[in-house]
Amino acid sequence: MSGAALSVRGLSKSFKGLRAVSEVSFEVGAGAIVALIGPNGAGKTTIFNMIAGVFAPDSGSAALDGRALIGLRPDQVCHAGIGRTFQIVRPFGGLSVADNVAIGALRAAASREEAEAKAESVMRILDLWSKRRQRAASLTLPDRKRLEVARALATGPRLLLLDEVMAGLRPTEVDTMVAVFRDLNRSLGITILLIEHVMRAVMALAQSIVVLHHGEVIAQGAPAAVVQDPKVLESYLGEETAL
Amino acid sequence: MSLLRGVPRRGLILLALFVAAMALAPLYAGAYLLSVLTLILYFAYLGQAWNIMMGFAGQLSLGHALYVGLGAYSSAALFVHFGLPPAVGLFVGALLAAVAGTAIGFLGFRFGIQGVYFALLTIAFAEFVRILFEHFAWVGGTAGLFLPVSNRSDIDVLALRGTPEMFYYVILVMTLAALALSRALLRSRLGYYWLAIREDQEAAESLGIDVFRYKMIAVALSAALTALAGVFYAFFYNNLFPHQIFAMDSSIELLLGAIIGGVGTLFGPIVGAFILTPLSEGLSEVTEGLKIDGIKQLVYGICVVVIVLFRPEGVWPWIARRLGLDGEARRGDEP
Amino acid sequence: MPLDAVVNILVSGLLTGLVFGLSALGLSAIFGVTRIVNFAHGEMMVLGMYLALVIFKWTGIAPLVAVPIVGAVLFCVGYALQASLVNRILTAPEHMQFLLLAAVAIILIALLFIVFGPNAQNVALESAYDSFEIGFLIVDAHRVYAGVGALIVSGLLFAFFRFHPLGKAIRACADNLRGAEIVGLDVRHLFALTFGIGAACIGAAGCIILMLVDVHPHLAPSYTLLAFIVVIVGGMGSLSGALVAGALIGMSEALAGLLLQPSLKSVFSFALLILVLLLRPQGLLGVKAR
Repeated sequence: MSGAALSVRGLSKSFKGLRAVSEVSFEVGAGAIVALIGPNGAGKTTIFNMIAGVFAPDSGSAALDGRALIGLRPDQVCHAGIGRTFQIVRPFGGLSVADNVAIGALRAAASREEAEAKAESVMRILDLWSKRRQRAASLTLPDRKRLEVARALATGPRLLLLDEVMAGLRPTEVDTMVAVFRDLNRSLGITILLIEHVMRAVMALAQSIVVLHHGEVIAQGAPAAVVQDPKVLESYLGEETAL
Repeated sequence: MSLLRGVPRRGLILLALFVAAMALAPLYAGAYLLSVLTLILYFAYLGQAWNIMMGFAGQLSLGHALYVGLGAYSSAALFVHFGLPPAVGLFVGALLAAVAGTAIGFLGFRFGIQGVYFALLTIAFAEFVRILFEHFAWVGGTAGLFLPVSNRSDIDVLALRGTPEMFYYVILVMTLAALALSRALLRSRLGYYWLAIREDQEAAESLGIDVFRYKMIAVALSAALTALAGVFYAFFYNNLFPHQIFAMDSSIELLLGAIIGGVGTLFGPIVGAFILTPLSEGLSEVTEGLKIDGIKQLVYGICVVVIVLFRPEGVWPWIARRLGLDGEARRGDEP
Repeated sequence: MPLDAVVNILVSGLLTGLVFGLSALGLSAIFGVTRIVNFAHGEMMVLGMYLALVIFKWTGIAPLVAVPIVGAVLFCVGYALQASLVNRILTAPEHMQFLLLAAVAIILIALLFIVFGPNAQNVALESAYDSFEIGFLIVDAHRVYAGVGALIVSGLLFAFFRFHPLGKAIRACADNLRGAEIVGLDVRHLFALTFGIGAACIGAAGCIILMLVDVHPHLAPSYTLLAFIVVIVGGMGSLSGALVAGALIGMSEALAGLLLQPSLKSVFSFALLILVLLLRPQGLLGVKAR
């Protein structure tokens, strides 16, 4: 499974007169890791939702390896090769961890046994195997975040949309997650687009950063350059961003 | 047998005992007890059919009597007017119910109607059809549809004419078949997807699950199975009245057992039926002597309230825990 | 079909519909604030009817005058019901909420059945055959009183929610429950209050409708269903919607009774319900669900 390339062109969306996303364009190369950052309300999750098919943009396009994504339902987007997590995690609380991941794995599996085998390997990668029989609702937040990623990963995506998966994690937990993503990207070649506020994770993972403010892209490029950009510092990072 | 894989030994033994006891019932049960058992199994079957839509796929239907009525009326009318035996009529009934369920599901799900609004939609359709049937002369309207009552000692299973024992075994087989089907469904891809939809529709969608399609399957399947109970009802009681069979009270009655026993569990509907039906019958017996109409309903209602407040997840999960049957949280095997 | 006959029927239906609108107000207020659908609605209304009956038989007080008393009793019933039972299932899954209230309904009707028996009863008022005449319009006096009574009680309800501090507090709960809790509102008490007020409306509606209809225990389910239809058509949680929809449904039932047969009169209402659910599920005047 190698990564897919994502191409976003001129994406725009207004909600009742409020311009949430305005002419946003960026590219995510196959197998790359790109971070989408910006203040709250900048439109980041809205962009994710449009890519993932939750709602349609007012204008613009998004394509995965050239295949148009706009107009597809969320389940069709998943079949196209995109796995996503939600900003506020949504585990299937009444089911076990193993079942949660297995449900994700069923997408590309021919049988329940195959799905369970795939689920096992994913759970091991994300260090959830020891908790596989626990009810999802009883997990701690970091574990729930891991479950969210595991479930999306089990669907066999070529592009992962990660929405603030580091929020609420301690620095050591962040480092662990970063290592997991780096490994996934290196070994499986999965393309990753992540929304993040935790700059520690952004700088450790991202090969390229897109900065969003008031629905518009105000900067994009290599991390080192972006974090020095005066516009970015003014709107989001502030003068004393310690890295 | 793969259906029984993973079930704890204790559970298998209890299940075997239960099936044996039920299969041998006509030998030790008198006429009255047998009729009560028949009624219990009828509601156990109905509860299971309803449970597929609510317990597995999470869609609350409060108008399921619609499908009972469609099954009953179509098979009965075909029998009365054309002499078609229920063995054939049941397919018509099931198909009709599936179509009705699909229509309601389509209207509901396509337009994003959820939760209590969807439940109210189901009530409205059941009532609507009730009123239609009350004016439908071909099936007797309000005066009702009557099946010719034949000699009760001649057994003709395909025509559902025969002794009380025959009817008992028919409904027993139906109930056990529904149990096996539920178990098979729960362990299938379909079952997993239903549970995901029940838990969180949007999360399920993000995992590649075509929510609309699977919800429709749940409704259609549940409706078709429910219709078969209607077929049984028609040929067992031999009379049908729209205000009885399509009534809101009927819709409520058939789901009480499933909820009391435990929605979404495998044995919940059966346990629920075994609690509520004897309770109802027993109360009838006891209060008959008191000559005060309404006492039975009063006590019945109080019992339901008590169970809802103290065993909100259902009685069966509690019993399962007591009997040591629940094991770990492996959903696929949990009863 | 002569026009004045049609208009007469419509006006008649409108006035009756206002009473159903009042009962729907109770359902809507409860749902709008607590998000609980009161499946014991019709039973509470029938309880109100029987109370008015008893008051009339014992004291000779006409139903219309007895409204405050019946309202007060139903308020207590609703408050107690919420505080003791409904409170425990506020966050339970919908089918559990439904089951609890359905069971309460069973209990209520059983009690009424035990006390009053199955036969229909009514209040015999001397004014029963009076009517008002305005031009070609001839309307039963009772219907006019009923409609006006319903409007007055509804007006009081609107005023309470608009101007009274408690009413505003309740509206705060409906708008933003978490916020209401944070600013220190006693949400449990307010919920119970809302249930009580809703029950009072339902009771008042029952009291008023006794002037037009005979009472017997089996009325309840059809009243529950009717209230649901009115509330959905008008919009769950919308008070003005309940009245408007009530009038609309009243008129459509009257019209259906005229054009088709009386036994088919609900058909139009159901058709309207299904149309609304499909095309505008938030109801004619409702706000899109949160």
